[in-house]
Amino acid sequence: MFVQQISVFVENKKGRLADITKVLAENNIDISAISIADTANFGVLRMIVNETEKAVQVIREAGYTVSITEVLAVEMEDKPGGLHKVLELLGKESISVEYLYSFVRCPSEKALILFKVDNPQKTVDVLRRGHFRVLSFDEVKAL
Amino acid sequence: MLSKLIWNKPYECMDREQLLKLQSERLVSTVQRVYHNVSYYRNLMQKRGLVPEDIRGVEDLSKLPFTTKQDLRDNYPYGLFAVPLSEIVRIHASSGTTGKPTVVGYTRTDIVSWSELMARSLTSGGTDKNSVIQIAYGYGLFTGGLGAHYGAERIGASVIPISGGNTKRQITIMKDFGTTVLACTPSYALYIAETMAEMGIDRSELKLKYGIFGAEPWSEAMRREIEEKLQISAIDIYGLSEVIGPGVACECQCKNGLHIYEDYFIPEIIDPETGEVLPEGQQGELVITTINKEGLPVIRYRTRDITSLNYQPCECGRTLVRMSKVLGRTDDMLIIRGVNVFPSQIESVLMEIGETEPHYLLIVDKVGSLDSLEVWVEVSDKLFSDEVRKLEDLNRKITHEIQSLLGLSVKVKLVEPKTIERSEGKAKRVIDKRNQ
Repeated sequence: MFVQQISVFVENKKGRLADITKVLAENNIDISAISIADTANFGVLRMIVNETEKAVQVIREAGYTVSITEVLAVEMEDKPGGLHKVLELLGKESISVEYLYSFVRCPSEKALILFKVDNPQKTVDVLRRGHFRVLSFDEVKAL
Repeated sequence: MLSKLIWNKPYECMDREQLLKLQSERLVSTVQRVYHNVSYYRNLMQKRGLVPEDIRGVEDLSKLPFTTKQDLRDNYPYGLFAVPLSEIVRIHASSGTTGKPTVVGYTRTDIVSWSELMARSLTSGGTDKNSVIQIAYGYGLFTGGLGAHYGAERIGASVIPISGGNTKRQITIMKDFGTTVLACTPSYALYIAETMAEMGIDRSELKLKYGIFGAEPWSEAMRREIEEKLQISAIDIYGLSEVIGPGVACECQCKNGLHIYEDYFIPEIIDPETGEVLPEGQQGELVITTINKEGLPVIRYRTRDITSLNYQPCECGRTLVRMSKVLGRTDDMLIIRGVNVFPSQIESVLMEIGETEPHYLLIVDKVGSLDSLEVWVEVSDKLFSDEVRKLEDLNRKITHEIQSLLGLSVKVKLVEPKTIERSEGKAKRVIDKRNQ
């Protein structure tokens, strides 16, 4: 039920992102979600792709530090207050959200958001009890 | 077990009183030879009102003048040789990156001595006649390759004279030829370990047991890193071409200081500013006098390496004095806002902090009239986190540790792997823009 995210260390320099997307394009790797967290000097690029292992390998070969992180893909209503319901539930259970971002495309009328939390197993249980759907990695890859 | 790793027990374990007597005899004869055969030394001694008879033993050493690298350059190429060129069988030279190279010459006897010293060093580092030793120091004018080569042959080890560079080939050969001992610079050893990981070669495919690393200062933390990554015992060897090349001193398996081969060399520690001889245990510049060398004897040669001496007996059984691992070079020493800074200090901080790959670069510049220090640190797999907050914490922690060690403010910048130029010889750790 955990989704594997690729995290890459990128310096804040011209052309770095393009350098990575070029490598992915050349290897025909499909990106289904992407976000970047940045500071003045560096950023962390986070992506969900169809071929995780291959992507890690080609990015590493291109000279980057890269790791795999487990995140959760949570489905919620795509209307005002939809995200709030999820966050309210997590807050009540004292679960901290490190970061979140959304998918490039969404197959249904629902919204699909990726969460990095401090306690993923507990989060899954809490969300399921709260009748939220948590997608497996296979389901995410099939989107 | 340890005693098996001593090549020449009579000399390496000599009673210290007897050793002092031997040193005095050899010093007296060296001074006589340089006085009569090297006009440069004769003039210097005459200027000081010294005749060879004034030097009766080691106790008179401090009466003699120092020799510096500049003196060798001023007498380029052969001016300080103490024998005619017809007696010289080998010539080596330093790289000469700053000015003319320094040229050194060896007689046939010197080559035998050097082989003996390297045989002692390599033995102490774990080499014996059953070893397969891969010599990845550069062969050529640099003394590293051929020095190690002759010592290893003297021991009777199987020598792979691969020289430096072509790292993937080094690793393939290491694997296929069953190399048990690796001799190269410590930074190259780490580079080999990294390349092995990239090539997907597992440590278990190698027979490597020992590494004998030198030609640049390296920290204890770097030793741990190399030992962990290559799963070997990593030994520090010391030397410089002006004195003889590698084999001036080497660690034993106790790894608690490098034994100086005192039947060939007399060490002193001086204050690099005043030239005053410092007492045992104090840190300062290492000065070496050669007492068993024909081609190019040097009197009180200033090595510019910062270390200290320890005369306490060692567990390995050797009675030879130990010098501490070299902390840095007097000329690598940066003076930043009046504070003495050695790159090796930054290195030890980075490695203590959390298994940092020791890839870093110091950039010293001037902002207005004030010196500034920036440290670039490559983010390795171990340091990396997908959370920006943790990376920022790491940045702050490194900054804090360096600042509290040096008492200087510093700007730390996390950079991508391979941003900092890799060396296959000596590592470049500093860019000083203040005088550019």
